[in-house]
Amino acid sequence: MYEKDGEQYFVVDSHMHYWDASPENWVAGHEQYAKGWIECFHAYMGLGPAETHWPIEKFYKISEETLMKDVFEDGYVDVAVFQPTYLKEWYAGGFNTTEQNGALAEKHPDRFVVNTRWDPREGDQGLEQLEADVARWGSKGVKLYTAEWRGESRGWKLSDPEAYRFLQKSQELGIKNVHVHKGPTIWPLDKDAFDVSDVDHAATDFPELNFIVEHVGLPRIEDFCFMATQEPNVYAGLSVVTGGLMHARPKFFAKVMGELLFWVGEDKMTFGSDYSIWEPKWQVEGLVDWNYPSEEFSDYPEVTTATKKKILGLNAAKLYDLEVPSGCGIDEGAEAAAARDDAQLVEDKAGAAV
Amino acid sequence: MTDAAHLLAALDEVRDPELDEPVTDLGFVASCTVSADGVADVRLRLPTYFCAPNFAFLMVADAYDAVSAVAGVRRAEIVLEDHFASTAINGGVAARSGFVESFEGLAAAELDDLRRDFLRKAVLAGTDRVCRPLLAAGRTTDDLAGLRLGDVPPSTDRERLRARRAELGLPAGDEAPLLVDAVSGEQVGTEALPLHLRRARLTRVSVEANSGVCRGMLRQRYGTPMTDVEEDR
Repeated sequence: MYEKDGEQYFVVDSHMHYWDASPENWVAGHEQYAKGWIECFHAYMGLGPAETHWPIEKFYKISEETLMKDVFEDGYVDVAVFQPTYLKEWYAGGFNTTEQNGALAEKHPDRFVVNTRWDPREGDQGLEQLEADVARWGSKGVKLYTAEWRGESRGWKLSDPEAYRFLQKSQELGIKNVHVHKGPTIWPLDKDAFDVSDVDHAATDFPELNFIVEHVGLPRIEDFCFMATQEPNVYAGLSVVTGGLMHARPKFFAKVMGELLFWVGEDKMTFGSDYSIWEPKWQVEGLVDWNYPSEEFSDYPEVTTATKKKILGLNAAKLYDLEVPSGCGIDEGAEAAAARDDAQLVEDKAGAAV
Repeated sequence: MTDAAHLLAALDEVRDPELDEPVTDLGFVASCTVSADGVADVRLRLPTYFCAPNFAFLMVADAYDAVSAVAGVRRAEIVLEDHFASTAINGGVAARSGFVESFEGLAAAELDDLRRDFLRKAVLAGTDRVCRPLLAAGRTTDDLAGLRLGDVPPSTDRERLRARRAELGLPAGDEAPLLVDAVSGEQVGTEALPLHLRRARLTRVSVEANSGVCRGMLRQRYGTPMTDVEEDR
């Protein structure tokens, strides 16, 4: 819970991790990839405020105490959503697994949402594993990393027939939310790996699932925004946007937020700290204080307290059926104003699309 | 005698196809030397170990072509450093193999389509760069619909847009309409214009934000200094 100027914000960190990238976990013969991956993550941390930077030794693997303090005690987060990424080609025990996350979640009831993952290349065995993971951890969401390496394969698409089997199975198992994370590789390698058109196909064909595109499709924000305007079940996950731009590139942060508010809208944007790439504290404080820096941005949609409450927690609370404490909602006056803004936005877009 | 300045001038023409900026401005040229007997040695570096291999390949191949064409260069050695696919890319470019052969079994086609798709994004982003000052100066969107490229006051942004359009085979002369569809080259009609301009702005924000992240990551990785371009972002 974060409180500022008499307003209370229910904070859901909808995209965070608990990883083990320590050298002891690097797969023999693939050390360069394991090292390259975590060093790349660590460089991203450098885009946040200097006082929040850690030495790489700490970054490799953090303790339970560090996580609980950074996220809940100092970071104002009420509920955090674990998003696993296995990368077992490089990390022997997995980089960030459902089991690692789930074990921590069981020690701290009501603090975490434990998402799981799947990989269509694992076939029938993968489907069985998904069923077992959902049964064991009660997962309502999955995180999908399409650039994950597996043997000779360098990635997959959501529109692959095998992926559709997994989406179907996810729906049957009660999964509601699919968090999609694009990366630099895919099959075939000559295609743009960051392209989000496969999410478009899947979102159309699985209207009961919500697709949260993490880091708003960065570096393809334009493709993502265009797709999101056409698909009611596509959301903008703000991980990396806040962490990577708000401090390092404030002007671009404002432009990206303006574009997202225009094309996607404040009801479909969710905060994610990407912990432990970046700590949530400065991101939550910064978002609550944030507004466009100058008149130059006046043709973007207005940012209100209601906008920030939705982005920081209320939207994710709806996706994950989380109970919002009284006092953290949006008062009726503000809600009505937001509804008017939305209606205006739809009109503007319809006008623009003629 | 050929010196490093000649090579750098040639490398100024090599762009990151995704960011549409010269590899020199982006800080991707780590070093650049030429020996007395005409052997050029260029070291390239990227913001991360995992930068997309297809774009990396295009930059190394384009650098190879640009440097090889410099008068006095007998042989060009272009080395991409610190990248997961350095071996495949450097070897493939040096052997003049295509992308498919360099990444055997992992690629289905050469990179012409990829390059074209990103040139189209460059045209859209460039359209915003040229149109925004006109709108700020009081021109209406309807005014823009009637303008020709030659009606726009000369600027580097206009010439950059013209060059990208020419590269795609789109109309690029002074008589060509200012606003054309980046795929068909057809003039954008008045009704489609507001959406076209919004797309142009969005594309520019996306590409420039991406460039901002890449520059920041390169600095984290190599301790390179902050440039003037970045200060404004």
